[in-house]
Amino acid sequence: MLRFVVRRLLQLIPILLGLSILLFAWVRALPGGPAQALLGERATPEAVAQIEAQLGLDRPLWEQYVQFLGRAVRLDFGASLQTGQPVIEEMARRFPATIELAVAALLIAVAVGIPLGYLAARRYGTWLDSALVSASLLGVTVPIFFLAYLLKLVFAVQLGWLPTAGRADARARTEHPTGFYVLDGILTGDLNASWDALTHLILPAIALASIPLAVIVRMTRASVLNVLHEDYVRTAEAKGLLPGTVVRRHVLRNSMLPVTTVIGLQMGVLLAGAVLTETVFAFAGVGKFMADGIVQRDFPTIQGFILVIAVSYVLINMIVDIIYGLLDPRVRVS
Amino acid sequence: MSFLRVRDLTVTFSRPGKPPVRAVDGVSFDVASGQTVGIVGESGSGKSVTSLAVMRLLPARNVRVTGSIMLGDQELLTLPARQMRDVRGRDVAMIFQDPMTSLNPVVTVGRQLVEVIVRHDRKSTTAARHDAIALLDRVGIPDPVRRLREYPHQLSGGMRQRVMIAMAIACRPRLLIADEPTTALDVTIQAQILDLLRDLVEESGSALVMITHDLGVVAGLCEQVHVMYSGRIVESAPAAGLFARPAHPYTDGLLRSIPRIDDDHHGRLHTIRGSVRDVVAWEHGCAFQPRCDHAVDACLGGPPPVLDLSDGPPRQVRCPRPMNQPAPAPGTDRREVSA
Ligand SMILES: Nc1ncnc2c1ncn2[C@@H]1O[C@H](COP(=O)(O)OP(=O)(O)OP(=O)(O)O)[C@@H](O)[C@H]1O
Ligand SMILES: [Mg+2]
Repeated sequence: MLRFVVRRLLQLIPILLGLSILLFAWVRALPGGPAQALLGERATPEAVAQIEAQLGLDRPLWEQYVQFLGRAVRLDFGASLQTGQPVIEEMARRFPATIELAVAALLIAVAVGIPLGYLAARRYGTWLDSALVSASLLGVTVPIFFLAYLLKLVFAVQLGWLPTAGRADARARTEHPTGFYVLDGILTGDLNASWDALTHLILPAIALASIPLAVIVRMTRASVLNVLHEDYVRTAEAKGLLPGTVVRRHVLRNSMLPVTTVIGLQMGVLLAGAVLTETVFAFAGVGKFMADGIVQRDFPTIQGFILVIAVSYVLINMIVDIIYGLLDPRVRVS
Repeated sequence: MSFLRVRDLTVTFSRPGKPPVRAVDGVSFDVASGQTVGIVGESGSGKSVTSLAVMRLLPARNVRVTGSIMLGDQELLTLPARQMRDVRGRDVAMIFQDPMTSLNPVVTVGRQLVEVIVRHDRKSTTAARHDAIALLDRVGIPDPVRRLREYPHQLSGGMRQRVMIAMAIACRPRLLIADEPTTALDVTIQAQILDLLRDLVEESGSALVMITHDLGVVAGLCEQVHVMYSGRIVESAPAAGLFARPAHPYTDGLLRSIPRIDDDHHGRLHTIRGSVRDVVAWEHGCAFQPRCDHAVDACLGGPPPVLDLSDGPPRQVRCPRPMNQPAPAPGTDRREVSA
């Protein structure tokens, strides 16, 4: 098992190198180069040349790349053009918010999606199955920002059940040792703060969960349907095992294998969706910072954001692979 | 005393938008305690469906099962699901054809073996593990303690089938149903598995229903043989009588397509012409008629009669012109059992 983990970690190196090259190439490929992009279309050639010299853009490409890589390894993406602070500090401050949101969305998607998918498979061909399949199709196709606005309009603005924006009540004065507001409330013993953070979290998390939820429902349904027809499930029935044992040990364990992989892949959707959701709900995470960065041509921020998101995505999928290895003994030996 | 009595078992699959298929059509047979019974027939003749019906493991939807399956004095077809689960694995156990797909790939061999013991014998896991080790040893798996911790993919096909057999005999069932247990295995392994089954059945005194398309398997193992064709039993006979004097032309064809060492035809094997798809619906005549070398007009125009040929042990054939039979004494007629 340890060797499996180490091997997976080593496989990360080429992936991350490839990623850095892509990102490096992307910034160079901007119209007129990064300096022009930074200064806008009306910049004078002198100003552009000055910035290029300042950023080292007049050096050979390979030298620029090595420099870029050297900085990226030290998480040095330069200063944000929005705030003048180092990008990495801005990100570090906002990352807990995004993680909190993504984890909440993922929990909703998994906790609701797997039972619903299982139910649809067991009721295969009934109206309940058809309804769940149609609903999940809707979940994938409705744009996140539309759903986010809709939820906000109905539950926050009209019904007033939940707050419209932000991560916490602005009047509240609370300590934030970790930056995960729900956790902070528990740690500092301020359960009201936790509850407050939770109410702020619900709507954005539901909006963000919609696509992964729909995908998990469909994947679980398809996978359970497949496994139900497997010979080993018939063997389990032939042994007279109780239905609960058959379902848990023989149906679910096997049908969760493809679902695990899909959950890992959905992390990309979650992180990308965070940009939209955080914007709609003015939720101060990296996603909102990134969205503001795009509007203000804050390239150091965009670059840093993409790299951090990409690395988290790769890391999460590695963890998913390890979990897969734990679930499926056949992967471990090969 | 027969403790499994199957009477007029009929299984109909209804397919949306298509005519229903009667995969098993009025099948009746008995299994006495400790008896070994063979069910033989080509692919698609309804052997597996018959055995799954006895286990009540057919899909719940779009399937209609009628008739009667008595196990002792319990009617299995109407037994509540909860009681049926007590019967499965404890009174009747089943060994399936493909050991590659019949074991759960993500659960250890030990756990799959232990779970059935814990379920029916109400033992602790520790006690069940001891039993499991003894069982693996009994079915000829070397180093059972290590094997318990392994997963199915770490075992060869023959070993996996031994594990399946160990699971089936774990709770000492009175009846074992083996559905082509050797078809998926190498020829050398096939003989070993058959020997193992024969030994186990002899040792435990449980009855065995051996389902196969291979009359050779039946020859060394079974006392009574039922030959199935297109969902019906066309001939039932004690193994010795069946091999010596096959009465149904289909049985005769099957027997003559077994390769023999003392074959004087030098290499060319007999084959039954046509395929199982060339059938006549049983209501209109003998389903085997289109492929039969001995067909006469009487074979069509109504279901063929079932004739009782017994001169001692039970022997029946579903054919108007049984083969290899001494001419009936003048003035007497063969008893027609049913049509
Ligand atoms: N789930 C099902 N739905 C519809 N038809 C089925 C189903 N299962 C079996 N059948 C039909 O029942 C018939 C008998 O099938 P069965 O599996 O019993 O054959 P078999 O004698 O076991 O053959 P084999 O030697 O290939 O195992 C087949 O013609 C098949 O088309
Ligand atoms: Mg079969």
